[in-house]
Amino acid sequence: MAADTRRESGVSRDSDSGRGSTAGGSAGGAESRSLGPVPLPAASRFRPLLGLLVPAALVVVWHLVVATGIIAAYQLPTPLRVAETLYGMAATGELWGHVAITVQRVVLGAGLGIVVGTVFGTATGLSRTASDLLDPLLQSLKNIPSLAWVPLFLLWFGIGESAKVLLIAVGAFFPVYLNLSTGIAAVDEELLEVAEVYDLGRVESLRRVVFPAALPDLLVGIRGGVGLAWMFVVAAELIAASQGIGFLLSDGRTLARPDIIVGSILLFAFLGNCSDVAVREVRDRVVGR
Amino acid sequence: MSSDADPVLAVDDLRKRYGDTVALDGVDLAVADGEFVAVVGPSGCGKSTLLRVLSGLEAEFAGRVAVDGADVREGGSDAVGMVFQEPRLLDWADVRENVAVGLPADVDPDTPAARERVDDLIETVGLDGFAGSRPDELSGGMAQRVSLARGLAYDPAVLLLDEPFSALDRLTKADQQDHLLDVWDARGTTVVLVTHDVEEAVYLADRVVVLGGQPGRVASVVDVEIDRPRERADPDLVALRREVTDALGR
Repeated sequence: MAADTRRESGVSRDSDSGRGSTAGGSAGGAESRSLGPVPLPAASRFRPLLGLLVPAALVVVWHLVVATGIIAAYQLPTPLRVAETLYGMAATGELWGHVAITVQRVVLGAGLGIVVGTVFGTATGLSRTASDLLDPLLQSLKNIPSLAWVPLFLLWFGIGESAKVLLIAVGAFFPVYLNLSTGIAAVDEELLEVAEVYDLGRVESLRRVVFPAALPDLLVGIRGGVGLAWMFVVAAELIAASQGIGFLLSDGRTLARPDIIVGSILLFAFLGNCSDVAVREVRDRVVGR
Repeated sequence: MSSDADPVLAVDDLRKRYGDTVALDGVDLAVADGEFVAVVGPSGCGKSTLLRVLSGLEAEFAGRVAVDGADVREGGSDAVGMVFQEPRLLDWADVRENVAVGLPADVDPDTPAARERVDDLIETVGLDGFAGSRPDELSGGMAQRVSLARGLAYDPAVLLLDEPFSALDRLTKADQQDHLLDVWDARGTTVVLVTHDVEEAVYLADRVVVLGGQPGRVASVVDVEIDRPRERADPDLVALRREVTDALGR
């Protein structure tokens, strides 16, 4: 990150009184925060909608292959059928209970994982000793697949909420830990020298130099952690739950209701996307680019 | 402390090695209060090493280095500010916040007095109106002036400058040099400037210390007794420039 800045300032060194050639981009970024998105030129206004084109076409193809009997309806329901099922469950209120409990698990689990990951990442990033002690263990634990934890967590914590939340926390922990630890350890030596020359002291150099410098890495880690939280919630709910979208999935299989299965998958896709967009939005606001 | 002038910065028989490589081999230097000293030398002669020792970034060395009478390994470096070769700004922070990094530890940057001090410095280095800008919105010369303001905010007994203008184009460089002279003249800060640019050294400094050889030691000292403002084309200045160049063995 710091390297980027140096490169950019190199580009703009030719004029001193005028603004550098890179000023436009970043200044625009700063302004758009207060003024809202800059209106796009008419031609490219609909460009983001291009991304909807292929999914829309897929839905049409999906409908056609089922309607024409190429794929049997008991294996794959039509899109409309899925929508009807979801709507029906929403209307009776059944759906909201499942969605709410899943979202609650993800929020609690991801939150816990992020907090613990931040603590460990900070410790190992700052202290060589902590890193030598903990990093080899954590690096190998991260390779354990999510499903492998499930039986152990059930054994330890029962089938209650805590087992699920903890499992999700494990998933969210690793990306946060890995990114933050690396980010803190990689803070530009040149900036640390500045902090030393100006006697910022340990606490102040952490607050004013190290943490802000590692913030983008933390946010990358949080984004990955939230993504993994959704993976782990499925693992937890598929196997041991009486509520939640993952439970809906396995319930759909038991009841031979492909419309419920596909509907649950779409719900996961939608909610996962929402959380990713939210985290990205936070990152863009905080990092400002 | 040495006798009559009571130097702000005293270097006696400084020797510094990196592993088997001797970077500095017996450097002596005394800088008086308010003096502007330039240190020149070919690359690899240990110029930057000298500044790193003076600023307390290198704790391992032999000899004696004191600022205001205090050894740089025992708090003497606290009285030293440094402008690095690169601006080394916090790219997520605005100009005001970057300058505030230089405020001494006992000054709370959030007080109105501290803010005023920072704003004054931003004005001093000619960046009024850019207090809220971020480093990537500034040109190289402007960023280097933020770095200078940060050094001045520290209110150091000695301000060290490590080739601060070497990355700038010729015209910008000349402007920045004059600007540094103005600031130095207005504030009376003691300055040690390291440079490989002989013209710059002779134009700016009261005294030019020529480091030479490998390992580095003081090859010669050239006094520049020419009143300011100086003319870059002044024949006396040109003659001194030749003298320094000769001392460099070129």
